[in-house]
Amino acid sequence: MKVVYTDSLVIGGGLAGLRTAIATQSRGLDTIILSLIPAKRSHSAAAQGGMQASLAAAVKSEGDNEDVHFADTVKGSDWGCDQQVARMFANTAPKAIRELTSWGVPWSRVRKGDHDVVINAERVTITEKDEAHGLITARDFGGTKKWRTCYTADGTGHTMLYAMDNRAIQKNIPVHERKEAVALIHHDGVCYGAIVRDLITGELVAYVARATTISTGGYGRLYAISTNSVISEGIGAAIALETGVAPLGNMEAVQFHPTAIVPVGILTTEGCRGDGGLLRDVDGYRFMPDYEPDKKELASRDVVSRRMTEHIRKGKGVPSPYGDHLWLDITLLGKVHIEKNLREVKEICEYFLGIDPVEEYIPVRPTQHYSMGGIRTKPTGESTHLRGLFATGEAACWDMHGFNRLGGNSVAETVVAGMIVGEYIADYCESNTIDIPTAVVKEFMRREEDAITEIIGRTNGENPYELKEAMQKIMMDKVGIFRTGKDLQEAVDELRVLQQRSRNVGVRNKVRHSNPDLVEAIRVPKMIKLALTVACGALARTESRGAHAREDFTERNDRDWLKRTLAFWKNASDDMPVLDYEQLDVMKMEMPPGSRGYGNAETIPHPDTEKRVKEVEEIIASKPNADRFEIQQALMPIEVPEKYKGKNERIGVGFE
Amino acid sequence: MSTGNGGRALKFHIFKYDPHKEGDKPRMQTFEVEEAPGMTIFIALNQIRQNQDPALQFDFVCRAGICGSCGMVINGRPDLACRTLTSKFKKPEITLLPLPAFDLIGDLSVNTGKFNREVSERVQTWIHNEEAEKTDVTRLEERMDPDLADEIYELDRCIECGCCISACATKRMRDDFLGAMGMMKVARFHLDSRDKRTDEDWYHVIGNDTGVFGCMSLMGCEDHCPKNLPHQAQIAFLRRRMVGAAKD
Repeated sequence: MKVVYTDSLVIGGGLAGLRTAIATQSRGLDTIILSLIPAKRSHSAAAQGGMQASLAAAVKSEGDNEDVHFADTVKGSDWGCDQQVARMFANTAPKAIRELTSWGVPWSRVRKGDHDVVINAERVTITEKDEAHGLITARDFGGTKKWRTCYTADGTGHTMLYAMDNRAIQKNIPVHERKEAVALIHHDGVCYGAIVRDLITGELVAYVARATTISTGGYGRLYAISTNSVISEGIGAAIALETGVAPLGNMEAVQFHPTAIVPVGILTTEGCRGDGGLLRDVDGYRFMPDYEPDKKELASRDVVSRRMTEHIRKGKGVPSPYGDHLWLDITLLGKVHIEKNLREVKEICEYFLGIDPVEEYIPVRPTQHYSMGGIRTKPTGESTHLRGLFATGEAACWDMHGFNRLGGNSVAETVVAGMIVGEYIADYCESNTIDIPTAVVKEFMRREEDAITEIIGRTNGENPYELKEAMQKIMMDKVGIFRTGKDLQEAVDELRVLQQRSRNVGVRNKVRHSNPDLVEAIRVPKMIKLALTVACGALARTESRGAHAREDFTERNDRDWLKRTLAFWKNASDDMPVLDYEQLDVMKMEMPPGSRGYGNAETIPHPDTEKRVKEVEEIIASKPNADRFEIQQALMPIEVPEKYKGKNERIGVGFE
Repeated sequence: MSTGNGGRALKFHIFKYDPHKEGDKPRMQTFEVEEAPGMTIFIALNQIRQNQDPALQFDFVCRAGICGSCGMVINGRPDLACRTLTSKFKKPEITLLPLPAFDLIGDLSVNTGKFNREVSERVQTWIHNEEAEKTDVTRLEERMDPDLADEIYELDRCIECGCCISACATKRMRDDFLGAMGMMKVARFHLDSRDKRTDEDWYHVIGNDTGVFGCMSLMGCEDHCPKNLPHQAQIAFLRRRMVGAAKD
């Protein structure tokens, strides 16, 4: 048995994994990153539009700070997030971006003087101040009060990922590429690493670690059409689920992005609308102001996606062989702006659609985009149930997004979580040792060896590609943007059958080393389990909140559903997950539940809401001389690692 | 995604070789696929793997032309397979070979990751700046001229796909040649005001025939860069700077 020992094992080499590894390595801990692919190819690179941080340098960002960013994030989450985590995040995001600046990200900068921009379909002139010249600028994004999304043209994720990976290389952190974690090693409620398959040689290796972190991204590929990379299959979350100990949180919270191209589902950034692009229907009519007169195209993603779907249902979609779609119009932004700030969008249009977005509309429709759910963690990033297991980034339900993530908050979460959770992982490593018996490791190894032997030896096994296609179709048709009890029940029943069939998965290609067929056969049964956690969670949640929209339960029901879904897979022989719930405590919220300010939103209030609103008012009134930081701490005390406690400086206001 | 409308019958001639399989020999194998509207090589290869050859190896990640995983030689030219539409080829024959100059994993899959990490270590693709290491992240960031930020991004757009390396005659003749990708990274950090390395420092990295002076200016890199990066202009610029550094 080959065993590799380390202090901090990080599974996943995207932004979250890299930043986590940098944090633990800089605390003097031996750190290893495992990745399916070279780190710079991770899905983080696909984030075009930007990273939210309240730097408030640009003129349209004036007045922004952590409080405004926090409030936008909580509202965006439809009050489903963990407010403590959203606070930790909003307070640390400016530090994250400034750190990345010193590590080489060429953020687009404020240019003093007059600029023509497009706001609400009109060309207007804004004037940037002389004193802000050269600081990091920001653009507008959906669901935000201020222009807060920092960017490098439309290659933000790319430049961030490259700077981050370069930092990891500088710090000599090994990235073991083309390695797939297929099971976690755990014993008596503690995680000790993973059983890892080498995707080239096929060899299984036990990576034994003091702390194990999963940063493997989302589970978008449970759906047939997704903006996600083809490797975003949720395997990291699945191996946590398969421990039987660690739960996944809010798996039913799945985001659909309004503007992916038809048919292939590649994303065009929210920056298109942030910079002034419009949505139009079959008649060329701009329809969003009819639905959302206030925020229009820049309402929150879940809202825009639903409005687009409603409009298509009214017969206003543009017919195509691949189903109806709508138009994204960025022609009004002009050639110069598109070729500079939306160049990736232009390339995607040219290569995949054969059109020039300077001249023509882009065919788009809402498409699976982001997984708010994931491995449920405490604010420290550690699993609520399995000690020594941590998660960062999209793979985690750290839960700053609740039921809807704001654009620009995903890459921001990856780096902020890496910074904060990385410190807590280091603390954990410093006070814990590897005390697992070798026999236990060996047993985990044997189990995986046997499973592979069985798959390869099976004759007439189930074809993993067929199972996957069936699963993806069920998720598309029955667990989509609008959901009903009837559809969801069917989805659960059908997925359950697929789950049983997947126990019989086989391969046509019978080799143990690099074998794409075997990779699929190992992953697909795990993916079907995840799909069941999504569908079961969605069926049980009889309300509408954020991206989870039930047509048979249209109200947000704070009275009964202000709680987080936990999904367990208790025994390997089970064919269904077990659901449990974690209450959100209204009396501890800095921002008690309220309205998001979008049309047709009804809410059944929580009995504590009124009491907490009053209490918040009283706390604020009782401190007439307190600054915003003191009031915040009085309303909802939070902890962040010592090194990130400082206040953030902004132009014009200093550290106020 | 087949529409069943009777698209062209495409013939894919694909390099097959599994170096980990004892006795396996490199060979070309032909697969037939019915063309569908909007079909890319990504779609076609996945269909072949699902329906005809479950052992076929290739790499895709983003399938959107931004991650650089799927470089391969397509009808004689290195390019990104994911964004290559089959309709681009008038004749319904498409020959696919793995990128040369990299370790072969199997069939169309090559180990670009190993090569790219080595280049990063060799060029030290990070900001060299002792002051920046002490950055107080609570304070305003260091200002940068907006034009300079834009110019750095222009050179930072490389996706490490390896097309320039495979298209480079010098690289094919001598394995220790840095290649256009590495040179572009030098140019990117050379331009960055935050990086304090001098021309003399850079001379030690690229001032010989494994660096800028090894380039024969055949421009294969420039011709095949999927991101249209200005390789030749940057190599020429660096060459002049290195001559200057040698004179001083």
